[in-house]
Amino acid sequence: MNTQIPPGSFRAPDKTAGAEDVGNIAEGLWSDLWRRFRHNPIALAGFYVVCLLAFMALFADFIANDKPYYLHYQGKSYFPILRSYLVGTKLGHWPAELLNVDFKKLEGAKAFYPPIPYRPSNINLLEPLEPPSAKHLFGTDKLGRDVAAGMIHGSRISLSIGFVAVGIAALIGIVLGAVAGYFGSWTDLTISRLFEIMLSIPTFFLLITIAALLPPSLFLTMAIIGMTSWVGMARFTRNEFLRIRNLDYVTAAVALGVSDRKVMFKHILPNALAPVIVSVVFGIGGAILVESSLSFLGIGVPAELVTWGSILQEGSTTTFAWWLAVFPGFAIFITVLAYYLVGEGLREVLDPRLRGLR
Amino acid sequence: MISYLAQRLLLMIPTFIGITLIGFLIMRLAPGDPAELRAAGGLGAAAGAGISLAKRGAVDQAMAQWRAQYGLDKPLHVQYLVWLENLFTLKFGDSFKDSQPVWDKLTERLPVTIKLNLWSILIVYLVAIPLGIYSATHANSLGDQITTVLAFGLFAVPLVWAATIAIVFICGGDFYYLFPPGGIESLDFSDQWPLWKKIQDHAWHLFLPVVLLSYSGFAALSRYMRSSMLEVLRQDYVQVARAKGLQEKIVIFKHVLRNSLIPQITLLADLLPALIGGSVIIETIFSIPGLGQLGFQSVLARDYPTVLALFTVTAVLTLIGILLSDLLLAVVDPRIAFGRRQQ
Repeated sequence: MNTQIPPGSFRAPDKTAGAEDVGNIAEGLWSDLWRRFRHNPIALAGFYVVCLLAFMALFADFIANDKPYYLHYQGKSYFPILRSYLVGTKLGHWPAELLNVDFKKLEGAKAFYPPIPYRPSNINLLEPLEPPSAKHLFGTDKLGRDVAAGMIHGSRISLSIGFVAVGIAALIGIVLGAVAGYFGSWTDLTISRLFEIMLSIPTFFLLITIAALLPPSLFLTMAIIGMTSWVGMARFTRNEFLRIRNLDYVTAAVALGVSDRKVMFKHILPNALAPVIVSVVFGIGGAILVESSLSFLGIGVPAELVTWGSILQEGSTTTFAWWLAVFPGFAIFITVLAYYLVGEGLREVLDPRLRGLR
Repeated sequence: MISYLAQRLLLMIPTFIGITLIGFLIMRLAPGDPAELRAAGGLGAAAGAGISLAKRGAVDQAMAQWRAQYGLDKPLHVQYLVWLENLFTLKFGDSFKDSQPVWDKLTERLPVTIKLNLWSILIVYLVAIPLGIYSATHANSLGDQITTVLAFGLFAVPLVWAATIAIVFICGGDFYYLFPPGGIESLDFSDQWPLWKKIQDHAWHLFLPVVLLSYSGFAALSRYMRSSMLEVLRQDYVQVARAKGLQEKIVIFKHVLRNSLIPQITLLADLLPALIGGSVIIETIFSIPGLGQLGFQSVLARDYPTVLALFTVTAVLTLIGILLSDLLLAVVDPRIAFGRRQQ
């Protein structure tokens, strides 16, 4: 948290830094970064939360599922969750006695279920809007769907939107910023107009306009968020390129006849990445926030998908069901906070001159 | 300065064209034609149930007529030029939704949004600047660390969540009824009320929306203020001021504060688009009849003229805001040369 203390490079006891610089440059950067990053307990905590969330998203099927891990039925053993992957990839099929059955109603079966034995798509109209209980940890929504299951599977949507949207934004931002900063003069002037346009456009309004006009789709939502949030990265990249462009080693590379593209992306870009990495991490948090607002407003992500924002939206209309408002919102908050803390930790490690949050 | 201003204004022309083009193209190229929507709305459920051929013909005819009336049958570039021409004379056309002039709709709702946002900006600055000063002067103390964590925490709180929690727990519902769940004045509001009662009523209604709009702003601004102040504190003249025996209070508030406030001017322009985005959410949740709510409703209704007008007006206002804050910065701080904006 010591944002005021000059960057880690001045204070960290880097006894081995010199030795590593000799080796692969990219590898040296990352291990050096990690060594300094882990001295910051708060950023490290954020990093662990990020890992935990990624784990949750990857293994959502094993945490919340209406199929058991292990099933003993009619004298045979099955592993229904694993089998569902095989069926999903067309490598296997359900045995006839398990095809389209409700595992919980199989007679005389011994089964071992995940901690949350529901899927977000399990509608149970007999248990609408149940408050949190031992049976439904975070309660149920008005269709009787388990909120905890919805949140665990919703983390997949939030995280994938965060990553893909920021990936798109970084791609646009880095390319435009690099071209503007490298070629300068007229190219820079033209591309800078584009930055100015994106800066003055009310981005969120543009976002809901496009999202509402196009048919609801997960990928479109990612693309739209990405295409409206690249300006920060582009400006950082441009400024770094403007600075590095005039360094001797770049002049040397150009003089040796290295092609523009190679100079830009092989020689300059690795040195210009520091501020971009930071804004990528902040951007993931920002994109998750934006997605939650969009699904809250009921646009963008298809209505049948359960996302953190869509549960929250239901919470705002059924005001007595406080669990619908509290839990998903808290999940968004923790996720975004974790990314911001990691971003701030990286900022301190990477570049002390970068100021502000975004 | 004149040449700088002229240069900036010239460069604003392509930007302006870009903004209008983007807005126009998005609205026109999006699938879903307002004429069809209107036809479907007029026919109601009949359209879904399958209608007779004769009826279908009548609908097509009405749609063609309607397209001609609103100029939707002309080629795209002609539509754009016509719209651009009207824009300069502030003729935004009539709303597709209720055929009212868009200009009237905007001006009717503008005061509410301005009121909401001005209070928010005021609160953002009133809370963030002292917080930033405290953090910077007590850098790395426990208090500073707490404010830092708080700032990041607030920044990460989703606006929709904060608003929902407020609605669920303190706006009636099953819990507390401390604030009204929506609107900007009570239902029985009348002009005959004494002034204090009117003010009280407005304050009661605006309190939650304004606080919700502001909180992420003061998290960001206090961080900017802190780092800007720390930068000034490191400079030699501050050391000189201390060395000549000035009280710390005078050093901070007279010498340091002024210089560290300067960069905060530019943030005003950055704050604007964020506040407008926030207005959409807050006004929709609290049903406040402002521009944000109008925007969201118009988007859902595919009311092209209204959406385009809103989009362009806010973008142009922000563009002017950026220019003004750059100029102001250069006027206030003589160290900043014209033509070299800090990035």
